[in-house]
Amino acid sequence: MDTIVSFTDMNKHFNEHHVLKNINVQFNKGETTVILGPSGSGKSTLLRCINLLEIPQTGTLEIESLKVDFTAKLNQKDRLSIRQNTAMVFQSFNLFPHMTVLENVIEGPITVLKKDKTKMVSIGEQLLEKVGLLHKKDSFPSQLSGGQQQRVAIARALAMEPKFLLFDEPTSALDPELEGEVLKVLKALAEEDKSMIIVTHNLNFARVVADRILFLENGEIVFDGKTEQFFNNTENERINSFIQSMQFI
Amino acid sequence: MSRELEIVLNSIWPILKAGLIVTIPLSLISFAIALVIAVITALVKLSNFRVLKFIFSTYVWIFRGTPLLVQLFIVFFGFPKAGITLDPWTAAIITFSLNTGAYASESIRASILSIPKGQWEAAESLGMSYWQVLRRVIAPQTVRISLPPITNDFIDLLKGTSLAASITIADMFMIGQQITAFTYEPLAIYSLVAAIYLVFCTVLTTLQSRLEKSASKYV
Repeated sequence: MDTIVSFTDMNKHFNEHHVLKNINVQFNKGETTVILGPSGSGKSTLLRCINLLEIPQTGTLEIESLKVDFTAKLNQKDRLSIRQNTAMVFQSFNLFPHMTVLENVIEGPITVLKKDKTKMVSIGEQLLEKVGLLHKKDSFPSQLSGGQQQRVAIARALAMEPKFLLFDEPTSALDPELEGEVLKVLKALAEEDKSMIIVTHNLNFARVVADRILFLENGEIVFDGKTEQFFNNTENERINSFIQSMQFI
Repeated sequence: MSRELEIVLNSIWPILKAGLIVTIPLSLISFAIALVIAVITALVKLSNFRVLKFIFSTYVWIFRGTPLLVQLFIVFFGFPKAGITLDPWTAAIITFSLNTGAYASESIRASILSIPKGQWEAAESLGMSYWQVLRRVIAPQTVRISLPPITNDFIDLLKGTSLAASITIADMFMIGQQITAFTYEPLAIYSLVAAIYLVFCTVLTTLQSRLEKSASKYV
């Protein structure tokens, strides 16, 4: 499989706190990877290091032909081009409140990629159709439910035509009945073989959608393998106790 | 007609005229410059440029920490001693815009800080540069949030221009003083001056609530 993102010997510190320890990992094209792990294990930080919302102190990041060495000072051009290759969906949606739904979706392509506006309007409408929100295109985010806002955020991410999509706990801020509508969209994207990296707490969702699971604990990758292997991994005690703690009911 | 009423009626136009040709232009020009100073100051204070930050913080510290009247006197009466002689209007505009700029910079800085960090992150993750984030995402939201405090600063400035009378500018207040000097009606005349300031400020607050309404469509 083609590797599209890889970290080599990557370390991230927040002051004295060593959040990510010597991370070596590749992400592949067309694959849906779910990152699991207890709170504070560094999974969101790992995701945010990919689009450089967090900057590691050492190691390298390669995205296709771009290579960044974190020991050197990061130049602005590399930073922006890495971000243009990725798109992120956040736990708290972070839609732009002063723009309509459609304007949110086409903002990135128009401002950053300098795409033609009339062309983007029709692409934006198609994407909104895909997430089931075309009828809300002229609404403002404040007029939408959380689940709807998150679906707009997904359309906004897709509009950038990124090499891969990053999801940072995309359903953690949603009520269970709204969670379903977002997960459905994510599942459809996974079936289209979009390249996705998802941080989530939802084990059932991970089981259904993931091709591959990364399990992090204390800043280290404890497990990296196929989804079935992860859930059938009865001999690994840490994974076992994690799975049990998530399925307390 | 009583004598007081007659004096008041005859004074309305001279005072109002001074308002229209002095107070309002002086306020508008100073406010426009103050806004530019305020935006630059706010952005510098939110940046990582240490030396610039120190310079701009010192400026805000001095102008917020000293009386406006004293600042006016230093610029108009003091500077000639250092070889810088300014005409009253120039001295007034410089002092008023620097003074209001210092206050307004804090209003703008606070407004920018109140925008959730997630807005920056969402815009940056789309690959926007710092200036693109500022222009497309942060500025439009800052305008709405900073409208009330910035209007406050403008109102303070408008009333503060009455101090220009003390550096020989014939504004509303000075005309009021002159009329009082030969009519001996301080209560009536100064009340009239106050009433005209009140009308000007009322126009401003009405404008503010209109602007707020149109800027808050999306909330």
